[in-house]
Amino acid sequence: MKVYIEKEKKQLDLAAKTGADLLEKLKINPATVLLVKNKEIILPDEALQDSDEIQILSVISGG
Amino acid sequence: MAKCNKCEQKAVYSNQGLVLCKEHFLDYFETKIEKTIKKYNLFSPSDQVCIAASGGKDSLAALYTTMQFCKEHSISFFALAIDEGIGGYRDHTLDDLRNFCQAYEIPLHIVSFKEQYGATLDQIRDKALATLNKKPCTVCGIFRRTSLNRTARALGATKLVTGHNLDDEAQSLLMNQLLGNMSHNASLGPITGLSANDKFVPRVKPLYFILEKETRLFAFLKKFKVEFNECPNINLSFRMQVRDQLNEMENKLPGAKHGMVNAFLEILPLLKKHYQEKKTEFSYCLECGDACSGKVCNACRLEEELELKD
Ligand code: SF4
Ligand SMILES: [Zn+2]
Ligand SMILES: [Zn+2]
Repeated sequence: MKVYIEKEKKQLDLAAKTGADLLEKLKINPATVLLVKNKEIILPDEALQDSDEIQILSVISGG
Repeated sequence: MAKCNKCEQKAVYSNQGLVLCKEHFLDYFETKIEKTIKKYNLFSPSDQVCIAASGGKDSLAALYTTMQFCKEHSISFFALAIDEGIGGYRDHTLDDLRNFCQAYEIPLHIVSFKEQYGATLDQIRDKALATLNKKPCTVCGIFRRTSLNRTARALGATKLVTGHNLDDEAQSLLMNQLLGNMSHNASLGPITGLSANDKFVPRVKPLYFILEKETRLFAFLKKFKVEFNECPNINLSFRMQVRDQLNEMENKLPGAKHGMVNAFLEILPLLKKHYQEKKTEFSYCLECGDACSGKVCNACRLEEELELKD
């Protein structure tokens, strides 16, 4: 699936079963991000599919 | 798929057993802010409210929710932004802010370091680091706080709203603890500077009990245009390290930030009392006339040290 990491402005192609699984693979602390699947907010336990487009939004403020 | 605790809709928020859909989250968020405003008497009907804004998500959320409250209670308000002069960063967030204020018809004032201190942060950061060993965030913080207070006062404000949230407060507490600056904690809390003096506009934090993550979610659901933007100087800051450590803690122990801040609020009255008694009489800065504890205020001292004065 296509994964966009906002903080790093980076696009990746990855496979993951759930949002939590994806964050673990990327070593991203769930407390610091929001997950968006096909433009809608999801919780980390939500199942993901290969056709999904995921955005990982950073919640930390920049100064 | 998780469902909202209050209805059958799809959940967008989950924290320590509270699971909410979009509609119920927005309601929870706005209600929490309203409760904070009421519990700590952040505003009174005769206030002239100045909302400090930068264009980042916290400031837009503070701006939006304060605007709602002020409109409902017929309190007058305006927005104030400080342009520190940080290329590639502040110019973008200020654009977001201008658009936002235009869309909601909020009066907006912008003042810059350049006009107030004769130089942008970009121009002074290297010198501050090299000659004074002061990090950009230290210089930025002193000048910004001073500019906010002076300008808010000049514009007739009786309250100054900042977008500080629970994360900011927890960070400040931990930083002060680690640095041994306990007296600084006495000037934290949801409202400060009430009894200070006529040169100081009291500061209030409506987002005091709101997590940064909740603010981002609010901004997303409200479709505020907030692009992720990070100040180029943040990597040098101690706050950033503390922020990351706290987020690690929060991940392992959900509710840690709330726990810290709530415990702090229990002892805050004692801290205030303790440091008030110790405090000597207020004096006024010999250079600018602002309230300060020594002969010259922090901003004027910094201006001198950086040889910004003409
Ligand atoms: S990160 Fe530091 S330099 Fe950048 S805006 Fe915040 S306080 Fe100022
Ligand atoms: Zn609901
Ligand atoms: Zn001064």
